[in-house]
Amino acid sequence: MTLIIPVSADPVVPVEAPSRYGRWRRLPGNAKAGVILLGIFILIGVIGPLFTPYDPSYQNPKLSASLRPPSSAHLLGTTQSGQDVFSQLLVGIRLTLELGFIVGAIATILAVLVGVTAAFLGGVWDEILTLTANVFLVIPALPLLIVLLGELPQKGQTALIVVLSVLNWPWGARVIRAQTLAIRNRDFIGAARETGESTWRIIAFEIIPNQVSLIAANFVNTVLYAIGASVALAFIGVINLSSWSLGTMLFWAQSEDALQLGAWWWFVPPGLAVALIGTSLVLINTGIDELGNPRLRDANSASRIAGRRMRPTDPTPVLASLEPRRSPVAAFVHSFSRSSLLEGNDR
Amino acid sequence: MAFILRRLGFYVVAAWVAMTLDFLIPRLMPGNAVADIVSKFPSLQPAAYKALEAMLGVGHPGSLWHQYVSYLYDVFHFNFGTDVTEYPASVSSLIGSTIPWTLTLVGTATVIAFLLGTALGILAGWRNGGWLDRLLPGLMFLQAIPYFFFALILIEVFAVRLHVFPIGQGFSSGVVPGWNMSFIGSAISHSLLPAATIVITSVAGWMLQMRNVMITTIGEDYVLAGQAKGLTDRRVIYTYAARNALLPQLQGFGLALGFVVSGAIVMEIVFSYPGIGLLLVNAVTSDDYPLMQAIFLVITFAVLLANVIVDIVIVFMDPRTRVREVPA
Repeated sequence: MTLIIPVSADPVVPVEAPSRYGRWRRLPGNAKAGVILLGIFILIGVIGPLFTPYDPSYQNPKLSASLRPPSSAHLLGTTQSGQDVFSQLLVGIRLTLELGFIVGAIATILAVLVGVTAAFLGGVWDEILTLTANVFLVIPALPLLIVLLGELPQKGQTALIVVLSVLNWPWGARVIRAQTLAIRNRDFIGAARETGESTWRIIAFEIIPNQVSLIAANFVNTVLYAIGASVALAFIGVINLSSWSLGTMLFWAQSEDALQLGAWWWFVPPGLAVALIGTSLVLINTGIDELGNPRLRDANSASRIAGRRMRPTDPTPVLASLEPRRSPVAAFVHSFSRSSLLEGNDR
Repeated sequence: MAFILRRLGFYVVAAWVAMTLDFLIPRLMPGNAVADIVSKFPSLQPAAYKALEAMLGVGHPGSLWHQYVSYLYDVFHFNFGTDVTEYPASVSSLIGSTIPWTLTLVGTATVIAFLLGTALGILAGWRNGGWLDRLLPGLMFLQAIPYFFFALILIEVFAVRLHVFPIGQGFSSGVVPGWNMSFIGSAISHSLLPAATIVITSVAGWMLQMRNVMITTIGEDYVLAGQAKGLTDRRVIYTYAARNALLPQLQGFGLALGFVVSGAIVMEIVFSYPGIGLLLVNAVTSDDYPLMQAIFLVITFAVLLANVIVDIVIVFMDPRTRVREVPA
């Protein structure tokens, strides 16, 4: 038995204009989870330092306060020198997030500037900018950062932000340049040029809005990298260790043998915080990818029509069998649909 | 051939940029790295001055250009002079003794992670929606976790609590390095946890990337054509879809090597593994600038060399690189 499915019956696409909430609902699940997780951490970073129960640097001289496991007085226990881990964590999350977002913003702006400039200037300038970007992509970044910071007299947060921003634009510049080249010769750009719009206006109002998702993905990636690099550099001990970030917490935990002393409450919270912030960023990035390329979505989250999983990229179902293994006609039609290819050897 | 030559030209430029950066960094730094180092080691041996001259330009009479030329000459001969902190040893011999450790461990683990991740990615991409997709959130967590933190957790669980693996170092303290069974066995058991760290934290990235490219490739018409011809799934997967999906993956491999090496450096500290990363960090903590700079160069050269190898593999895999005109 076959039946005809009305095409407009697709339940996920609302007919009315998407409200703010509707837009949120249509985000891929990954992105939602990532945004919520990151939001929690941003909240902690913004208001957390106001609620620290102790001064994170205060060293309790009493021996009984040293290396205590989590308790009601110290939610996450204390360090070797009696400092409160929970207070350090609240302050550290702010500093680490702050660094990530500032580096992400600066590096993304640089990437857009270089990428669009290279694509528009063309010729020798394009070659030089592209070559520079590729060279800095291939030189391993962390050893270079270590040498740079190791010899820098000031190694505070500002120096780290400057160095990371300067070294992090090439990846984005490369991608944005390629995309700009692809868009540049489209008809709507030609139309804009014909109407006499200036190059800068075209760049600002035609080119850049058309690669927002690319720029956003680049921003998220840069934040992720900056946080990872800053934590690693602090852990190695090449940057100023007097302020509390997640990396410096891990450095002190490692250098004062938290591991050998079995003080898991000392090194697990900062490491887990870095990992969770990183996960939220990866989730958001996957979500951005899935928005641009719906095929990448986890097929399990796709809607079902007449018992069959349908994805946005599948051909419109004209004939479908209610019985799982189909009638000859339906089987014939089905054999030409792309979904058969993707599901062909499921179980 | 034209492709390889172009790429080689690019790597030469990259190597030159790295060498020039290495030359300029200590000379352009605000403050005086050289004064620092001389005041820190008052009993500096005359021979150690050679290293300082080569890398930092201490007390060198010549102009900047002259220094640059002699610096390049020294680098080309792998003559980095005598080390400042470990006086009689030369910088090159210090580096030389650590390279085999890092190369064996990081090289093997990276190749394993790449192959495993790619294979899993092929499966996950082909059976989109299968059980492998349910692991995706977990994989993203693994991808986001810092290498060294994961290493700490592994040590805590397997070395401190379960006593299955040794806690660190490259080999047990009683064993003398040499080509005998007890040393090799000891080295292997000490390398398992560090290798596991690299494999587990980096496999997710390869897998996710391969899955995504694979899914996009499967949507191509030639894959559909392959199926329509009635080819077996196995043949469609491997010779139609995966072979093409592998090219972006390989290109990514070259670029990702820098990240892998960076992660491995920090990982070595956690395990006190006697590799080049640990040497670099020890050089940083003792302000041994010449050693730091030499290590940076050696690591960069190694990454560039690995990239050359990847490019040669790409030439074998991708016929488009073998024609004269290579699209950019």
